[in-house]
Amino acid sequence: MGRYKEAFTAPLFERNPVAVQILGICSALAVTTRIETALVMSLAVTAVVSLSNLSISLIRKQVPGSIRIIVEMTIIASLVIVVDQLLKAFAYEVSKQLSIFVGLIITNCIVLGRAEVFALKNPPGISFIDGIGNGLGYGMLLLSVAFFRELLGSGKLAGIPVLTPQSDGGWYLPNGLFLLAPSGFILVGLFIWALRTWKPELREEE
Amino acid sequence: MPISEGGWPEVAAESIKRTIIVALGVCFVCSVLVSTAAVSLHPIQEENKRLDRIRNIFIAEGLPVRDVDLKAVYEATIQPRMIDLSTGASIQGADLNRKLSIQGFDMRAMAADPEYGKQLPAEKDIAGIKRMPKYMVVYLAMQSGRMEQIILPVYGKGLWSTLYGFIALDKDLRTIHGITFYEHAETPGLGGEIDNPRWKDIWKGKQAFDEKGTLRIEEIKGVVDTSRPEARYQIDGLSGATRTTQGVDALVRFWLGSDGYGPFLKRLQEELHGQV
Amino acid sequence: MAEHYLSLFVKAVFVENLALAFFLGICTLIAVSRKVESAVGLGIAVIAVMTFTIPVNNIIYTHILKKGALGWAGIPDADLTFIGLITYIAVIAAMVQVLEMFLDKYVPALYAVLGIYLPLITVNCAILGGSLFMVERDYTFLESVVYGFGAGTGWALAIIALSGIRERMKYSDVPKGLRGAGITFILGGLMAIAFMLFSGIQL
Repeated sequence: MGRYKEAFTAPLFERNPVAVQILGICSALAVTTRIETALVMSLAVTAVVSLSNLSISLIRKQVPGSIRIIVEMTIIASLVIVVDQLLKAFAYEVSKQLSIFVGLIITNCIVLGRAEVFALKNPPGISFIDGIGNGLGYGMLLLSVAFFRELLGSGKLAGIPVLTPQSDGGWYLPNGLFLLAPSGFILVGLFIWALRTWKPELREEE
Repeated sequence: MPISEGGWPEVAAESIKRTIIVALGVCFVCSVLVSTAAVSLHPIQEENKRLDRIRNIFIAEGLPVRDVDLKAVYEATIQPRMIDLSTGASIQGADLNRKLSIQGFDMRAMAADPEYGKQLPAEKDIAGIKRMPKYMVVYLAMQSGRMEQIILPVYGKGLWSTLYGFIALDKDLRTIHGITFYEHAETPGLGGEIDNPRWKDIWKGKQAFDEKGTLRIEEIKGVVDTSRPEARYQIDGLSGATRTTQGVDALVRFWLGSDGYGPFLKRLQEELHGQV
Repeated sequence: MAEHYLSLFVKAVFVENLALAFFLGICTLIAVSRKVESAVGLGIAVIAVMTFTIPVNNIIYTHILKKGALGWAGIPDADLTFIGLITYIAVIAAMVQVLEMFLDKYVPALYAVLGIYLPLITVNCAILGGSLFMVERDYTFLESVVYGFGAGTGWALAIIALSGIRERMKYSDVPKGLRGAGITFILGGLMAIAFMLFSGIQL
């Protein structure tokens, strides 16, 4: 039971896939201009990572080494296609905003990374939990970045105006930089700094 | 990619037979999964696209879109019509075939199609779209049997993306009732402000054409000076979004001009108000 | 005519830089940018893979997957775009495998420098992203070749520039918590701001 708890909680901070393992960055930066898109992306990634961990763990003893990577990619790609189709059917507006980034979950290093490092060596139950944990760790970081970007960039949180922007008749002059590409980079850098200040054992020596 | 924690994972013994069985097995399971999802969800996805288009037509028209049975209102008030852009003539039922149908009309596919689309020479292509469809589906908003508004699909290049939207004209075919862009990827907060309802409201009541029928509508840089008579033909530019502003200006002027809906609007004018 | 392709190329390298404007391929960007040598090697490999895979994927998309594409085979109603993702990845994986074998035989020095990062090109989101953008924008074959080369060059440019700066930063006094990944992200952000100035270019 202790192992299950660890598999679930470790990826939230000490082994946060984005801030510590430096995986899954691409989408973490691109879809965080709004909380809504960050949330949907996190759910999609969590679903894919946990299900792929589960499936790969189930067949881990049968797969020959020579086709290992391609089998993993096939499973991951199929899961992503299914998730993409579901989004287009049941969350059409959001899927338009996520556009190519749903497809890019296939190359999201977190998914393949956890498959190689964990699912291939552990039983299905705990692999599934590891998937959920990593998905949540990823989601947490995404939502934190999205929180700042949406709030400071457009004065809204999840579409609800909090700092009423001037263009809507309010007082707040939105900081457009937060909606642009570079702010994502800088915010993640700052989060990493914060995390490593809190937990010095994560620091790198250069 | 992190180095594997503790050496290589345990793998099954190599053998040709096993490799083939596993490969085929995985392929089979995945194919079934993916095909089932794609095929069973397809109708819902098509429905979503259709509803999205209807929703945007209503937004251009200025109708409410929340808590409304979109399909019912659409069936009751909107009359779609397929037209030949170069002549402005309507294409009636008999001329419609598989590729050229109102229900399945796909503006982008039509533009790319060698038979039903055409290349635009550079000097005419002010909206930067390179190709345009020869036929278009337009939407007449009817009330008590008379046309109240005409809603026209428009598209053109912005800064980062192609902007797709609808522009609605009142029945005098001169006054703009509304404009909306249902698809674009412009910079949020800058070019993306074309989604801002306050900017969209500026369009309402502006005159696209003057009394002589000349295309006058333009989007200027900066704020419109409302005291001058030209103000009724002018729309405020988006601050910090010069290219997007130019893009909107170009696409509206293209589609309302003689290479776009010009011929159709002339015909419609005759149809509604007799010879001008 | 040539203007169109030149503008497409310049856009792909600077204005729509896959790494700095679209955030693609960042994991490898952060990981391999410690030394200029490895960055250059990876950059060249990425250019090669993209210049090859994007046109190939374009052919597959146009003649097999697109809606109505299978008309030549007598099945004009088929819309196979939903298996596009797997197909493009398969092409990319195959190309990377070929590149790996080629380098191992003919340029072993580069092969040694790249090490594990060579197979990792397969999951470099920038490579798949390039193919996905090609599909979304419905490029022609020639446009795909130009775009593939340009996009790869843009990504290579980003990683080489970043590694150059990081090597210099050895002499800077970076706070302990920021060292390594932290400062690299902030650097990336600043580079991204710099690249934004290119968006005003009209060719």
